[in-house]
Amino acid sequence: MVFFFKKALKDISDNQLLNGVAIITIALSVLIVSAFGLFFINANELLTSWKKDIRVMAYLSPSADSDSISKTRQMLETMSDINNVTFIDRNDALRAFKQQLKGQSSLLDNLKENPLPDAFEIHLLPDPQATGRLETLVRHIESLDAVDDVEYGQQWMGSVSSVLNLFQFASYAMGGLFFMAAVFIVANTIRLILYSRREEVEIMRLVGATDGFIKAPFYIEGLLQGLAGAIFGLGTLYLTYYLISNNIGQDYFGSGFNVKFFPFGTCCLIVAASMLIGGIGCSLSLKQFLK
Amino acid sequence: MEEKNRDLIIRMFHVHKSYGAKKALSDVTLDIYKNEFLFVTGPSGAGKTTLLKLLYRGEPVSEGQVLVDGMNLSRISAKGIPFLRRKFGVIFQDYKLIANKTVFENIALVLEASGKKRKLIVKKVNSVLRMVGMEDRGDALPPSLSGGEQQRIAVARAVVGDPKIILADEPTGSLDPESADIIFDLLSRFHMLGGTLIVATHDRNLLEKENCRIIKLKQGSLTA
Repeated sequence: MVFFFKKALKDISDNQLLNGVAIITIALSVLIVSAFGLFFINANELLTSWKKDIRVMAYLSPSADSDSISKTRQMLETMSDINNVTFIDRNDALRAFKQQLKGQSSLLDNLKENPLPDAFEIHLLPDPQATGRLETLVRHIESLDAVDDVEYGQQWMGSVSSVLNLFQFASYAMGGLFFMAAVFIVANTIRLILYSRREEVEIMRLVGATDGFIKAPFYIEGLLQGLAGAIFGLGTLYLTYYLISNNIGQDYFGSGFNVKFFPFGTCCLIVAASMLIGGIGCSLSLKQFLK
Repeated sequence: MEEKNRDLIIRMFHVHKSYGAKKALSDVTLDIYKNEFLFVTGPSGAGKTTLLKLLYRGEPVSEGQVLVDGMNLSRISAKGIPFLRRKFGVIFQDYKLIANKTVFENIALVLEASGKKRKLIVKKVNSVLRMVGMEDRGDALPPSLSGGEQQRIAVARAVVGDPKIILADEPTGSLDPESADIIFDLLSRFHMLGGTLIVATHDRNLLEKENCRIIKLKQGSLTA
């Protein structure tokens, strides 16, 4: 094994240009696909963190008495997907509003009566599926007698989810395309190297070298190309991530969310996939060349 | 009668070889014995190189049977070919040395291919380099050597794996007489040590040097 490894390293140093092209191609493929993947993972996590905090406000009719308020509360608490329900008295709401306005609270001093209605603040369960059923839930709440109006600030989440699903699909499609492109480029590189060394391969066969003996260094070469490509691609992506995450600072997106890099396991998977590209590319050209 | 008592190492039965419509060998039947020194002669294009190629399975036969040291080449699988080739040491007129590998590496390749240990490889390569008088040129690259020196390296490569048979295709064809003598002496030494030697040549001087069997090919057929 050490013998084949040394031979592969010598071959790489003898064919620096061809190997360089293959490594850069793999590195670019890894970089583009991983960048898509990283964006997708972070966007998904951001959306999930936002989904965890979905709040629905149910404003009650001014004619709702304490009895119907209590009944409404009971009905809300029995609904699925609802985590907890808090009653907000209209007077408390006005006080809170004045506090929020701080210096401008005098604007509210001339109000003859409290314009704010009583309301229920409803928190949903932190279940991503619950978001999908949000509209049904809202319609259900709206149908309650005491409820006048329902408001929730995450209407746009459905659209974001659709865009993210599209991104996920695009990531898979691009990943597949780049994988194939990289495989063919590695295959061509190895074919060019084999072609430039066809005399050597012929002599090796003449002196009784088995196909395994001839192929082994090329396979190692392909795997090393994949490894180097993955290191360069992931390294560049990490550097970009580091610069971006340092510039935008902590909790830029709110909800305690911070941009993350791939976990170690995923990095290992990317490296393995990249080495697989090298291996498959090598296998394709060797099959044709050593027929 | 004497030959019949000796062990056969190669048998060819009614061998034909064609390249498309062109016949390279036609109905060749030939027995070669262990430790025999055989010359295959004939004009250019007579089929000498083709005959040698069929022996180490450089080419498959079109018709007929070839047996080498008990192996039937018609039945040999692709995986078996490297093991057949390790029975041979092959020398070519154009040396066929790898230009970007040192002399040492060129010779060592034979032993590396058969999975020999590094220590043994170093020992054997140095030994054959001494045998061909090139012990101080192990680090040289083949293009920096003269034709005679390159052919000595080719001989060293052919014998380093202790083959049973050496096939030499016009080994002195592109050498000056002095270098040709050196190469011939080296081949004779291999023969004296018990090896079987088959030399394809049309060099009359070479044929006169050794009192051994000579077979003649003409337009792909044996004539003598």
